[in-house]
Amino acid sequence: MNEFALLLAATLNAGTVLAIAALGLLINEKAGIVNLGAEGIMLCAAIAGFAAVVHTGNDWVGFLAGAGAGALLASIFGVLVIWLNTNQYATGLALSLFGVGFSAFAGVKYVQEKLPERPNFAIPLLSDIPLVGTAIFKQHPIVYFTVLLAVGIVWFLYRTRSGLVLRSVGESPESAHALGYPVRRIRLLAVVVGGALCGVAGAYLSIIYTPLWVEGMVAGKGWIALALTTFATWRPARVLLGAYLFGGVTMLQFALQSRGVEISEQLLSMLPYVATIVVLALISRNPAWIRVNMPASLGRPFYPNA
Amino acid sequence: MTSKRALLAAGLSAALLATLVGCGKKEEPKKEAAAPAAAPAPAKPEPLKIAFAYVGPVGDGGWTFAHDNGRKAIEKEFGDKVVTSFVEKVPESADAERVIRDMASQGNKLIFGTTFGYMEPMLKVAADNKGVKFEHATGYKTAENMRTYDSRTYEGAYMAGVIAGKMTKTNTLGVVGSIPIPEVIRNINSFTMGAQTVNPKIKTKVVWVGEWFNPPKETEAATALINGGADVLMQNTDSSAVLQTAEKMGKRAFGWDSDMTAYGPKAHLGSAVINWGPYYVKATREALEGKWATGSAWWGVKEGAIEMVNVAADVPADTKAKIDEIKAGLKSGSFHPWTGPIVGQDGKEVLAKGVVADDKFLGGVKFYVKGVEGKVPGDK
Repeated sequence: MNEFALLLAATLNAGTVLAIAALGLLINEKAGIVNLGAEGIMLCAAIAGFAAVVHTGNDWVGFLAGAGAGALLASIFGVLVIWLNTNQYATGLALSLFGVGFSAFAGVKYVQEKLPERPNFAIPLLSDIPLVGTAIFKQHPIVYFTVLLAVGIVWFLYRTRSGLVLRSVGESPESAHALGYPVRRIRLLAVVVGGALCGVAGAYLSIIYTPLWVEGMVAGKGWIALALTTFATWRPARVLLGAYLFGGVTMLQFALQSRGVEISEQLLSMLPYVATIVVLALISRNPAWIRVNMPASLGRPFYPNA
Repeated sequence: MTSKRALLAAGLSAALLATLVGCGKKEEPKKEAAAPAAAPAPAKPEPLKIAFAYVGPVGDGGWTFAHDNGRKAIEKEFGDKVVTSFVEKVPESADAERVIRDMASQGNKLIFGTTFGYMEPMLKVAADNKGVKFEHATGYKTAENMRTYDSRTYEGAYMAGVIAGKMTKTNTLGVVGSIPIPEVIRNINSFTMGAQTVNPKIKTKVVWVGEWFNPPKETEAATALINGGADVLMQNTDSSAVLQTAEKMGKRAFGWDSDMTAYGPKAHLGSAVINWGPYYVKATREALEGKWATGSAWWGVKEGAIEMVNVAADVPADTKAKIDEIKAGLKSGSFHPWTGPIVGQDGKEVLAKGVVADDKFLGGVKFYVKGVEGKVPGDK
């Protein structure tokens, strides 16, 4: 039983990076912008956050630095694709490649660095409950923040006027423009917020999850987050489900391996991808539902004077 | 529907492009020591140009870092008689041949390739460049101008096992494995056998990540092992993530390939390091003196290539003494970790009492010894 609680705890931890990044990308995409630069943004944020913690010893400064780095890169991307109407896919890819190289270059001095020692987090009282305490209440605050973030995004997108405006910009920027909304600024804001969240995810990776810096350490999580938003048909709750599912099956396959279960290792390493795709494809199998949720102008440039 | 398909297509081609471009970058050779272009005295012979192809970044803190230390050892030993250069992150693909061919055409007379996957590319380039000497790490194919070298990492794993067997409280050890090739399987077995010499109740759990370098995955694998009851971990992967996970979760672990003390000072029990310096210096000397000849070298503690360093202060003195004894035995040749009786997982004897495994046997280890849990991947 205790092993199950530990598995659940590890799942929450493993899903968090993907969840934050994918929720950020979801905000982008709801505004009609696809940012393929997620991997590069996460890497730059990972080194920015790591370096900040090395110099200040404070995790929160690190998260701030990560979010800042993410927002900065995303704003460059935003100006390019929103005002200069460069191709979103090509620009995103360029950003990703740039981020991989630049983070490696900027991080050379930090490769051998070690973060100061920090206490483990635990919520008082609640963490003493047997099993449940171990499973849920001994996580880093960012893990809880992620759940709140998802709830907040649902509320924002579907219960507030600003959320409606954001979605209208992603559905039909021409109509939103005709109604007098500043489409380009709204899109930029969405891109910057999305970038900042990818930044938080990157920082979580280098500060909390794998507390070290080595180049390329994001190891494809940015691309998985991008795929997750699509498979979750742009619904925040499903993004969260998909992220935890992916994290959970990843941890489960390692747990099975360590128990000597005789399944081929190649099959096991496929499992997180297969399980996430199958589950999300099943719950999103209604085509009408996809049409409703997919931002109609996703990836398309907007020319206000056309 | 059309737009969705277009989106998918764009995404896929994007991912492909990223992989392609990602592989191609960062390959301009970095000249380390400034090349003494205009030699002051014309009588002086031209310096020997030596090039290294690395599979990872020099900053991996493990495998490639150790090779680069070896390159620096050459510079230190021979000074201005040599010029060394390296290219890092050379993929184990067709790109490797291009990079190595380029090294040969730039006048390098001694070329080191530091990963298994360069074997075929190096053979091809060696066939076209008879005047250049090629040194390939961890491979098994040679030519008249290409030889192989490797280190006996299992000696380090064995010593780590002795310490682990003493320090575990749960009698459960964990290993994060990369790719199930004989070298890695041999290390897992050696680790277990070392532990069994001090603690017969030892069980070793193994988790494979399928890659040499993927810190988040290594972290997840280490977490799973610790959750499953392992309290001392070893890894045969290239980053320090496993040691750091142990540090975070209050367990113990080892450094691998390079000294990793700094990454997890509380968790660190010792580092099984590879010191490529002595071999690189020897190879360079042979090339300088014209005594280079093809062959295969497999160096260990005896030649100074493997060492267990920075053993933790709380490891009992008798265990430390045992490590010293093993080192002395390996140096003099009086001790070999793979001396029978060695029993496989199924209880069958694989090596009879008193028989010492030869290198051919060691090169083909594809089974787990008794005490390792699970099955070797791909084993029927």
